[in-house]
Amino acid sequence: MSELAFDLQNIFYHYNSEVAALSDVSFSVARGARVAILGANGSGKSTLLRILDGLYFPERGQINVLGAPLTEEQLQDEEFAFRFRQRVALVFQNPDVQLFNPTVFDEIAFGPLQMRWPKAQIRERVEETLALFEITHLKNRSPHRLSGGEKKRVALASVLILDPEVLLMDEPTAALDPKSQSMVIDFLAGWAGSGKTIVTTTHDLSTVGEIADHCLIFQNGQLMAQGAPATILGDNGLLERTNLIHVHRHAHDGQGIHSHPHQHIGHAHPH
Amino acid sequence: MLQSTSEAPLVHPKSKRKRRQGFIERTVRSLADVLEQALFAEEVAKADGLLQSIDPRVKVVGLLLLVVATASAHSLSIILALFALALALALLSHVPIRRLATRVWIGVLFFTGSIALPAIFITPGVALVHVPLLHWPITAQGIKAALYLLTRVETATTLSVLLVLCTPWNQVLKALRVLRVPVVFVVILGMTYRYIFVLLQTAADMFESRQSRLVGRLDGQEQRRLAAASVGVLLGKSLQLSSDIYLAMLARGYRGEVYTLDDFKAQPRDWLALGGFVIVALFAFWFGR
Ligand SMILES: Nc1ncnc2c1ncn2[C@@H]1O[C@H](COP(=O)(O)OP(=O)(O)OP(=O)(O)O)[C@@H](O)[C@H]1O
Ligand SMILES: [Mg+2]
Repeated sequence: MSELAFDLQNIFYHYNSEVAALSDVSFSVARGARVAILGANGSGKSTLLRILDGLYFPERGQINVLGAPLTEEQLQDEEFAFRFRQRVALVFQNPDVQLFNPTVFDEIAFGPLQMRWPKAQIRERVEETLALFEITHLKNRSPHRLSGGEKKRVALASVLILDPEVLLMDEPTAALDPKSQSMVIDFLAGWAGSGKTIVTTTHDLSTVGEIADHCLIFQNGQLMAQGAPATILGDNGLLERTNLIHVHRHAHDGQGIHSHPHQHIGHAHPH
Repeated sequence: MLQSTSEAPLVHPKSKRKRRQGFIERTVRSLADVLEQALFAEEVAKADGLLQSIDPRVKVVGLLLLVVATASAHSLSIILALFALALALALLSHVPIRRLATRVWIGVLFFTGSIALPAIFITPGVALVHVPLLHWPITAQGIKAALYLLTRVETATTLSVLLVLCTPWNQVLKALRVLRVPVVFVVILGMTYRYIFVLLQTAADMFESRQSRLVGRLDGQEQRRLAAASVGVLLGKSLQLSSDIYLAMLARGYRGEVYTLDDFKAQPRDWLALGGFVIVALFAFWFGR
């Protein structure tokens, strides 16, 4: 069994525009690792996660997931696809995309139903999952009428019911209030303990230390640097160059105008 | 009284009158509100009435049968009888009649009326009277045609509104899925319901954010240009949204066919209700020929 969850070599991807969303990206993620992908808006984070989840396919380059090459042809095969979709889960950045079923119950049952689990087993698992995420009281509600924090829970529950080995989360804490943020972070911490692989994207540096042991920094579709959170977060020059922090000129009492690096923690960037 | 000069005017002189909302902004906002009301107001759906207690599948099939019967009826008394039945169902299901009247009947009257009105004059037949000055003939056949159109549409609309008002929308969708209505159709219907709202909200927000960046008001031409540009943005957004949803479905194992849980359980009273709907519809089909 391969020790790597993901292994990417020289991945290129671009949308219909000329600008490359990802260019010449190579890295690997060990099984059981917690990795954060950092980058400013438009640096290619969401695109990368979709490639890791087999939703987009690179134009050039090779990607291996859990020891096997991942290609469009491979995913045509139903057995391979079901196994892959069960093992690798993605929570989308936009909850309006993630939640498309009439009720919360149906939302959580969607994955297992598509994989043709026995219906009695599905009902049982959905109830367990609802209880686990403390959303049993929401089960007959329409997912889109929930609050941001409730939507996040439902989104998580809807993919984790499949008990995946790898969880990909796009901006898990964006647009959440502090209480919901810490709920998500606590959850990720607990879930990782069980030997699962987690890849998250974020531009919120304040949460990185809690959700990752390894960081990848992206800018304009390129991997600029990687390393332990402490090292990366201590490198102001790097963070400034990749637009993760910026320099403000302003006055402090009695010191005149000066400038120092500044990060805007907790402010969701307009999207 | 002295005018204080130390306070700079906060309002641009041109917009000193209370800022009025533009036509488009107002329309989009009120459309969003009405839709939200219509689709999401679930207090009627949760009330304890006759239609609310019937299995959603039976409601979908039964009311649909009555709509078809209404549309194909060629007898005014049968159409009126079906309308009376719809009214009775509304009363028994605690649907506020005033709301039906203001939201549905008057709206349909104006909309269908404007289509039906010309029929009064242009349908050939025996002239009853002539419009003074214009000398247009009003024919008996014309009045009949207009009356049929109006009563049919009012009845059919009332029946469909009853279904939507007395059933949580997600149950309607689920019933359609369970009834083997092609998945694509149900998904599109569901998305329309879901995303019309998101998109209208986006549109309203877009107008508001533009408005807040503007001083004074836009003239008509600028409003139209703004609207055209915004429609483009919205269209792009909705396309993006639907292709992203498709990816989200793929990510959870969707392979072209949706599987659903059928957790409706028909009680004896549901079979009874279904029987009732079928008998009434057959009766209307037969005598309304
Ligand atoms: N559907 C699309 N069509 C065309 N270009 C796109 C599309 N989605 C993304 N892009 C472009 O690809 C690049 C990378 O986008 P991506 O969404 O991966 O960035 P991101 O790092 O996730 O940004 P954010 O922090 O805003 O979520 C950007 O330049 C973006 O404009
Ligand atoms: Mg993104």
